[in-house]
Formats: sequence, structure tokens, C-alpha cells
Amino acid sequence: MAILTIKSLTKYYKDLRALSEVSLKVKAGEFVTVIGRSGAGKSTLLRCVNRMIEPSSGLIEFDGIDMRSLGRRDLRKARTRIGMIFQHFNLVPRQTVIENVLHGRLGYKSTLQGSFGIYSDEEKSHAVDVLARLGLAEQMHKRCDQLSGGQKQRVGIARSLVQDPRLILCDEPIASLDPSSAKTIMDHLHRISRDMKITILMNLHQVDVAIKYSDRIIGIREGGIVFDDEPRRLKKKIVAEIYGSDADDILFEESPE
Amino acid sequence: MTSIIEVRRMFRRREAIALASFALLAVLTLGSSIITSFDWPSCLRSFPKAFSWLAANFIPNGKALANAPKILARLAETVLVSVMATVVAAALAFLMALLGSKTTRPHPVASGLVRLVASLCRNIPVVAWAMIFLLSFGQNVLTGLLALFIGTFGFLTRAFMETVDESAESSVEALWASGAPWAATVMQAVVPSVMPQVASWMLYMVETNIRDATLVGILTGTGIGFLFDLYYKSLNFSSAAFVVICIVAVVILIEAGSNALRRVIL
Ligand SMILES: Nc1ncnc2c1ncn2[C@@H]1O[C@H](COP(=O)(O)OP(=O)(O)OP(=O)(O)O)[C@@H](O)[C@H]1O
Ligand SMILES: [Mg+2]
Repeated sequence: MAILTIKSLTKYYKDLRALSEVSLKVKAGEFVTVIGRSGAGKSTLLRCVNRMIEPSSGLIEFDGIDMRSLGRRDLRKARTRIGMIFQHFNLVPRQTVIENVLHGRLGYKSTLQGSFGIYSDEEKSHAVDVLARLGLAEQMHKRCDQLSGGQKQRVGIARSLVQDPRLILCDEPIASLDPSSAKTIMDHLHRISRDMKITILMNLHQVDVAIKYSDRIIGIREGGIVFDDEPRRLKKKIVAEIYGSDADDILFEESPE
Repeated sequence: MTSIIEVRRMFRRREAIALASFALLAVLTLGSSIITSFDWPSCLRSFPKAFSWLAANFIPNGKALANAPKILARLAETVLVSVMATVVAAALAFLMALLGSKTTRPHPVASGLVRLVASLCRNIPVVAWAMIFLLSFGQNVLTGLLALFIGTFGFLTRAFMETVDESAESSVEALWASGAPWAATVMQAVVPSVMPQVASWMLYMVETNIRDATLVGILTGTGIGFLFDLYYKSLNFSSAAFVVICIVAVVILIEAGSNALRRVIL
């Protein structure tokens, strides 16, 4: 069953067409990565899903909801079920780990409770559980600006998990991490998708990482899909097509065949 | 090769611009001296005389010290007015900054409006505001307070908008994406992120306002500025000098205090 259906999605920035007629379906629980060179439209595609960027035309259906038909309030409600993880973590640096994690609950709370940060005991214990599972139990009361990059990204993941999401969008979650932290983050996200049946839609720059973790890879070039299949079908020739003249750099890295 | 030539040409152009700017400055200085018939030599010659006069007349004597309680009371009034203007203006400026900043604005139109009002308030000098309010409210504390308030409001709105965009943009994006409402996002992400900067700007404005309040006071006949004006015009130079010394001492004190506070916050 598809949790996310995108049909003929097109996005213009003024005259620049960043996405043209993109159509794809993502099954519930699937781990899908989007690859493509810089400027291909990966971030635009991801952000159109939760309407952080307004699409110009096309259909986006998440969990049976026509996202583009939603007004302000209903859009907020729909977004509570979609987590988002960022390259630069996007935490509040001066607040503690647990405070940042609980921010993931704000979408469910009344304005008054949310404004003053009043959380229920269930919410607190859920946040503590999630942090423990991500190996951050010790860091709980540290301020986020005292954490390493890998730890910050785990806080980001925890914040999206307490949302109780059905889908997590990840915009280059490991692009500013060292290889070992990157592996930890990818392993956590992989486990989340496998054990919790949460769908993952992720932009990546590293083709080898995409091949290792994904159920499916989508290649986009100049705003259009040029590949959409299992990782094992991603041949050298197709990588070259996705990355165009950048392919030489990519293919020196570990790549299929 | 062509690139080397281009780089050389770029540097030559830059030198030419520097030379031309210098020449223009020289011409402007000379020209304006001639037009205002400003007499450089006699101006420079008058310096030593001015200093010896200062030394002779501006030393506070017993009569001046007898005025100390009155002076200190007026000084306290000036400091309080500055602090009050700053605090009230900051509260309003913070709300306006939330409506105006790219990160938190509810609508682009609101943002444009806020920016317009803020720049109007900021770009008219405080002394000019004081003159404007002088006409409608007359010579009293309210006039000075209003003038300081308006100027501070304009400045802080702009400063706070930049602070919000700089230090809260990314976390606000994350909370929007999770469906958090506007007010909760502001309270949980924006407020903690901008607090140190906001406090620092407020301290800066208190310092600035104490200086401006002295000038505005001369116009509005209130505070320490009024007292200086009074002593100066009644040729009581030693008391006027004492006022100046007190102002300088307070300004230095406040600046030292706010620097210490800033170190703690940031
Ligand atoms: N806010 C914007 N205004 C105008 N043009 C934009 C905007 N955001 C992106 N673009 C343009 O749209 C195209 C797609 O951008 P996008 O950020 O989606 O690419 P990307 O695949 O995520 O690239 P990267 O790998 O560098 O993150 C690019 O040409 C970019 O310059
Ligand atoms: Mg991107």
C-alpha cells in the first residue's frame, strides 16, 4: 500500500523549472533514497512533500490525504505525522537535549501548553525511551551546542521519532558528518525503518551509501526522474547518466560493477 | 595569460578609484572651508586658549559641590527615563520583529509594513523627534521619553529582526516542518535562541539613550540636560562642569556594568 503518492509534480522558482512532472509512489515502511547531482532538485522534491516549499502543480497524497488541498490548520495536523531531518540538524543550540526532543510534540499540543513547554508524563517518558534507544541517555541534560555532530543528528532523529511519524524526510542527513558518525546515523535510520515500519525518503550524495541501505533508489536529473528501481539495478551507465559530467568523480568511489 | 592581464587591469582600476576618492575628499574639505569661511589657522590657534579657560573655569568648586544632591537626582531621572524608554521600546520592537523577520513573519505584507515603520522611526534623529513632540506635548518628561522611545523602537526592531533571522531560522524551519503552531515555535525556538543577543542590544541602547537623553533634556527642559543648560546660561560654569563630570562618570559606569553583564550572558 502506498503511503506517499506523487503525480506530475512540477515546481517553478520564477522562470526556473526545478521539478518537472515528477511521479512516484512510496510503499509504507520502504527505505527510499533520492540521488542526483547538486541542483538536480532533490531538496525541492523532499520539501514539496510536506509543503515547506509550495509545489506549482501536481498531486501529493500522503496517507490518503491530498496535501495540496489542506488549509493552514489541517496542513499543521498532517505535518505532525511527517518527521524531517536536516543536514545541519536544526536544533535550538542553547537548549538541552531533552528539551529539543520534546519539541517534536509541539504539533500535538494546544498553543498555551506548547508555548510554555508543558508536556505530559507519557510524552516525557517516551522522549527518554527514544533517547536511550539512540544511545543518548547520558547526554539528556546537556545543552545541544556541547554535542558532537553525530550526537546532534541523533537528537534530530529523536525529535522526529517522538512525533510518532509515518514518514521521515531526510535531507542529506550525513553530509556534514565524519564517516563513522555517518555510519551510526544510517544504521539508526535503517533500524527505524525496519523495526518501526516508518517510511524513509532520503536525499543522499553518496551513491555507495544509497546502494547499501535502500530498498529503492530514485535518480533525478534536471528535475526529472531518470531511474527508479532496486539498488542492484543501478548500473555504472545509469549512474553516469544521473550525474552527467560529474560522474567521473562518483565512479572513482566504490561503485557497482 | 589573459587572466593575468585582467587581474592587473583590475588592480589598476582599483588604484585609480582610490586616488580619485582621495582627490574628491580633499576638494570637498577645501571647498566647504572656503564656503563657510572656516578659518583653519585661527581655529587651531584658539585651542590652547580654550583649554586654559577650561582649566580655570571648569573645576567644580564648593558651590558646585553644594548642588550635588540636585544634580544626582536629575541624573537619576535621566537614567531612569533612558532605561524605561529602552525596556518599553524593546518589548514592542520584539513583537514587531517577529512580524517583520523573514523567519517568523505571518505574511509578507506585515513584514513590509513593519520594515517601513521601523526605518521611519530610526532614520529621523532622536533630537528631531524631540522637536516634533515638543510642539505637541510641550516641555516635559513625556516629550523626551517619547522621543527616546521612538528612536529606540526603530533601531531595536531592525536589530531584533536580523537577530531572529540569524540565530533562529534553522530551528524554526524544523518546528514548522513538525506542525508546531506559531506561538509555540516562537516561545520554544525563537526566544531561547535570541535571548543573549536581545539582552546585549538592550544594554547598548540604554548606554546610547543616556547620552541622547542629555541632549534631548536640553531641548525639553528635563533631566540632567536641563540642569546643564540652566547652570551654563546663568554663567555658573563650575556647576555646569560638575554636571558634565557626573554624566561622563555615569556613562562610563553604565558601560562597564553592561560589558560585564554581556560577558556573563554571551
Ligand atoms: N528558493 C529558491 N529560489 C530560487 N531557486 C531555487 C530555490 N531553491 C532552489 N532553487 C534552484 O532549484 C534547483 C534545484 O534546487 P535543489 O535545492 O532542489 O537541488 P538539490 O538537488 O537539493 O541540490 P544540492 O545537492 O546542492 O542540495 C537549483 O537550480 C536551485 O538553484
Ligand atoms: Mg539539497
